[in-house]
Amino acid sequence: MSVKLGVPSKGRLMEKTFDWFAKRGVTLSRTGSDREYAGRVDGVDGVDLVLLSAGEIPRELAAGRIHLGVTGTDLVQEKLPRWEQQVEEIAPLGFGHADLILAVPQFWIDVDNLDDLDAAAAAFRQHHGFRMRIATKYHRLVREYLTDAGVADYQLVDSQGATEGTVKNETAEMVADITSTGETLRANHLKILSDGPVLKSQATLWRSRVARHEPGDKEALTALLDLLR
Amino acid sequence: MSDRSQIAARAAQLSVRFEAAGAQVVDPPLLQPAGTLLDLYGEDIRARAYVTSDALRGEQMLRPDFTVPVVQMHMKEGAESARYTYSGEVFRRQEQDPDRSNEYVQVGYEVFDREDPAAADAEVFSLFALQLRGLSLRAATGDIGILMAAVQGLKTTEKRKAALMRHIWRPRRFRALLDRYAGRTAVPESRAKLLSSEGDLVGSATEIGKRSAAEIRDRIEVLRADAAAGPIAENEILALEALMAVRETVPYAIEQLRDIAVDLPAILPALNRLDERTAAMKARGVDVENLDFEASYGRTSMEYYDGFVFGFYAESRPDLPPIASGGRYDALTRMLGQGGEIPAVGGVIRPDLILSLEGDRS
Repeated sequence: MSVKLGVPSKGRLMEKTFDWFAKRGVTLSRTGSDREYAGRVDGVDGVDLVLLSAGEIPRELAAGRIHLGVTGTDLVQEKLPRWEQQVEEIAPLGFGHADLILAVPQFWIDVDNLDDLDAAAAAFRQHHGFRMRIATKYHRLVREYLTDAGVADYQLVDSQGATEGTVKNETAEMVADITSTGETLRANHLKILSDGPVLKSQATLWRSRVARHEPGDKEALTALLDLLR
Repeated sequence: MSDRSQIAARAAQLSVRFEAAGAQVVDPPLLQPAGTLLDLYGEDIRARAYVTSDALRGEQMLRPDFTVPVVQMHMKEGAESARYTYSGEVFRRQEQDPDRSNEYVQVGYEVFDREDPAAADAEVFSLFALQLRGLSLRAATGDIGILMAAVQGLKTTEKRKAALMRHIWRPRRFRALLDRYAGRTAVPESRAKLLSSEGDLVGSATEIGKRSAAEIRDRIEVLRADAAAGPIAENEILALEALMAVRETVPYAIEQLRDIAVDLPAILPALNRLDERTAAMKARGVDVENLDFEASYGRTSMEYYDGFVFGFYAESRPDLPPIASGGRYDALTRMLGQGGEIPAVGGVIRPDLILSLEGDRS
């Protein structure tokens, strides 16, 4: 059998992951046509490349269908309850930096931090008769963060894309989203709350704690990790 | 582990005893409209309850407890005073601890009674104590109403009191608010800058979204008024902190609370109710001399309770949640009552945990 390494299947995340492995003597490459999700690993024996959407890698690690995987801290923590017990962090890869942040309209000059947000949410609910809406796809992380901070009278509305536009479209009052430079937020007249990010994320190599090892896998995994660390 | 039929048999036994105590059997549906629960508990309930939906009725929740549907039913059609019992599964989503059940049976007893709240509190507590007799459990009691009365009685602005009341059940945020109103925490720079600016501040940035410039101006006015109000007096803050720290047997707790009432006289009516309840419990044979009382009990997990609260714990099994718990929820009947309200108190017991404790002993 072989050790299965899950890597994002397209875009800059894939290219940078390939570069990161290449610097350590492990060449990852896609094979076949551009559209075919197949790949190969050179420089170490007994390792198979599995190309997956970054969003599916946490689930595959937790299910033990891949032994190693590259994906963001944000996705692991959002998708895996008690993630520390399911996966082990092997190495942060130093790219794909993004913060999960809370952002409100810039013209909310009275709201700078979570204290303000909580008070504004209470007044908003009283005035409008419904709880202040936060558009996000990171439901669990945002809810746990706000519960911990004791913020009440908000609701999460699901937004799987173009989240920054929801405020202008009046389907939400504010957003919780991933940002790297804050450019898109500013362009959409939003500002970040000053308490700091909900989560700092970057592309990270994870090891599944539950994946089973066939004969020979342990050796292949050790050889690979020796190269990478 | 007990099997389902054993649990059902024990639940039936408890139901029969609650019926014998005068309760009418009710059987609320498993699926509850999500809107009501979300309005009551906020987004946090999504972490605790299973949500499902269909195109016709929208979001539904697998009932996380019976109290809300029973209150709704009583307020809609119920007689003035009533006693109810119910038995069945509740469902709790678990995201952290795989050892906690996500489905278990509760048997409950609820009293809606306007005449004598102290007697109703004592009736519910002693009825539960009776069912658990022989299991050597520790009973914890408290009274959220005392803390609420203390907050209402503070010599400060109505806005501040409302903010504290809103966070009675979130101790950390309550603490932060209290520190701010006591003048113990520095005003954040952003706030100081905002309040020192003159004239109309809204208008430089693009106005987007449903929260309007008028709402922002309103809040700045509120902040200005708050900055102008002086800090809450030191003696009131210290008394409130002493109150929240009271953790004693009932007689000593009452003594301490009477001392605290010197600085917070607004709690006296609530203390009189505690006295009446204690007398009523004593009359029913409860050993109040050795009963624990914690003034902060029930502040973290029992969001709708606003008076007497209680829980029964197995000290030999600290891993288990309370075997039984309950309390008074007068305000909930008002929130769900569509204009009506009636004092109400009740609790639930978990037959699966009783069986598990009995299993430990044998």
